[in-house]
Amino acid sequence: MSRPLVRLLGQGVRAATKMRGGGSAFPGLVMEKLHPGFVAEQLARLPHGVVVVSGTNGKTTTTKMAVQLLESQGLKVFTNRTGSNFVRGVAASLLEEISLTGRFDADIAVLELDEAHAVHFVRQVKPRFALLLNVMRDQLDRFGEIDTTRQMLAQVAAATTEAVILNREDPRIASLAQDVQPDTRVLWYGLSEQLRPMFPSDDDMRAADGPAAPTPEGAPQPEPVVELAHFEATDVDFLVHGQPAQAKVHLYGVYNVYNAAGALALALTVTDDGRAVKAAGAGVESLLDELSRVTPAFGRGETITVGETPLQLLLVKNPAGFRLSLASAKPEAYATMIAINDEYADGRDVSWLWDVEFDSLRAGGVDLVTGTRAWDMALRLDYDQVPIQEVEPDLTESLHKFITAADGRPMRVFCTYTAMLSLRRALRAVADVPEI
Amino acid sequence: MTTTTSMFPQTPGSGSPTDTVEPGGLGEIHLVQLYPRDMNIYGDWGNTLTLKRRLEKRGYGVKLTDYNPGDSFPADGDILVGGGGQDSGQFRVMEDLQSIKPVLMQLVDDGAPMLAICGLYQLFGHEFRTIGGQTLPGVGIFDLTTVGGEQRLIGNIVTESEKFGTIIGYENHSGLTKLGAGQQPLARVVAGAGNDGQDGTEGAVTKEVIGSYLHGSLLPKNPALADHLIATAVRRRYSHYHLEPLNDTLATKAREVAQSRPR
Ligand SMILES: [Zn+2]
Repeated sequence: MSRPLVRLLGQGVRAATKMRGGGSAFPGLVMEKLHPGFVAEQLARLPHGVVVVSGTNGKTTTTKMAVQLLESQGLKVFTNRTGSNFVRGVAASLLEEISLTGRFDADIAVLELDEAHAVHFVRQVKPRFALLLNVMRDQLDRFGEIDTTRQMLAQVAAATTEAVILNREDPRIASLAQDVQPDTRVLWYGLSEQLRPMFPSDDDMRAADGPAAPTPEGAPQPEPVVELAHFEATDVDFLVHGQPAQAKVHLYGVYNVYNAAGALALALTVTDDGRAVKAAGAGVESLLDELSRVTPAFGRGETITVGETPLQLLLVKNPAGFRLSLASAKPEAYATMIAINDEYADGRDVSWLWDVEFDSLRAGGVDLVTGTRAWDMALRLDYDQVPIQEVEPDLTESLHKFITAADGRPMRVFCTYTAMLSLRRALRAVADVPEI
Repeated sequence: MTTTTSMFPQTPGSGSPTDTVEPGGLGEIHLVQLYPRDMNIYGDWGNTLTLKRRLEKRGYGVKLTDYNPGDSFPADGDILVGGGGQDSGQFRVMEDLQSIKPVLMQLVDDGAPMLAICGLYQLFGHEFRTIGGQTLPGVGIFDLTTVGGEQRLIGNIVTESEKFGTIIGYENHSGLTKLGAGQQPLARVVAGAGNDGQDGTEGAVTKEVIGSYLHGSLLPKNPALADHLIATAVRRRYSHYHLEPLNDTLATKAREVAQSRPR
């Protein structure tokens, strides 16, 4: 089959799937079978190359920030918006982008890639830039060990040709500097000393106050491109190349604020190299401006209004994320529901819940505990002496009880991935819920 | 006021149980977490917390000590608990275990209760041969050896133990463990893989030391096992013991659900 014909076929499949409301990766799968080099060929044409964003926590929101920041500098950015962060998902997004005449009109690609799939991806496409966020216990039951995840990211770092941007405060990410090719630059983003205790790494994450894991000896702290210096509510102070810079960040959760430093470092690096900047007025100021316009990605602190009351959906998938979500607002001010599912996409293992401290919920209690593993969650809360109003494994049933019980209090729902999908569906009956 | 039937004979004079026991009034139990810095990554804290709360609810004070490589070893520990870790952590722990081996073996012989999960369970055997060909010597509390496997054995698991009834949890290990001829397993696998995925056994028991591949949620969801460790410790420390039964409704529900979930 000729190449254009293969592509048209792929696009036909895409249109057909879209009409059926099917999964976004399917047309990509067809494309991959018919024309395996498709993604690599298309991306190789981009004048400013490919940026890969990977790590265990916060990829989606960070990618969204990076895309917006680069667009604000006049770049036409291709990204895998649908959230299917697989090579196939990238192929599917590509098919959507490419017009029927075959023109792929973009300057640069910013792609969110799952650790495991990033490895496959970089075998086909060498990224120019990589932003590597963190390695936290996540999907342990799939990848086995966090050291394995680090190894996957090492392959991404080694395949990157221009610059690798690393989280200085995550020991496993920081150690990737040694995997980078000699001609590729290593750049950093980091936290002020004052903020570091707020972001514990997995090695010192435990309920009892044990000693922190020892930091690698003798290694001096490298100078970061962007340092998160301080923040209060939405007011954020960065140091950009050592110079103070203020921004507003309207994203929920301290992790998103930190990831904003990573996205900013990436945007500065990409635009710094001179070739990428098209627009006038490019620079730190306009990037900081744009940062304030970023809104949360699906499930990452999204707020849905029920009647007149805000209901916040917080995705939780590992101890670090859950702990930080809990810390980012005063629990007593909210009605609280926790929804824990153990479907494949959530991770079947729920033992990680024992590594989250729930003491902060003790004063206000939890209104509803729900999901397939509601009883495991309830047991966990009980051992932290957190009062529970009700346990109801059925999500839809729980949601209605919860809204009634909240009685006008703002609502927070901590939920795993598939629980969030179900709750969003159930919420359509009572609220405006944006399409994903 | 609750009237209770103790699982164990009561010592005269220990008083009748009430639900308003003075906190710590019955004495102190020393809980030692082995290597929490290197071996704590699979929710192992849940085991320590379960022991701590169940002791406190029964009126015992709890002293909690973290033991990490190089610390001075708390030889007066009443219950020792340790979990799983990354390969890198396991190496550090292996070296340290060799240095505390004499004191540790004395505690074992003396009937001190211990719980060793996953990585520590492997190091409580004779040796662990990694998939990379490295051999980590263990301390030989259990008569077993472990060989690194290509595939991880991962999933919900249900086992049956003569002593503790149905044990329910989640396993996640690549090491395949072979029990020696005389080694007593902790339980028989009903659904799941177990020690080596083949012989139908899970874990090991020697004296009062329990080893298992079932992660962090082992004790919270298996209160009988937790109370056995507690009873053993209290009896060893105070020679008399009385354990008031606790309300384990949530654990019972969580057990029912876990048993019904796909692997
Ligand atoms: Zn394990």
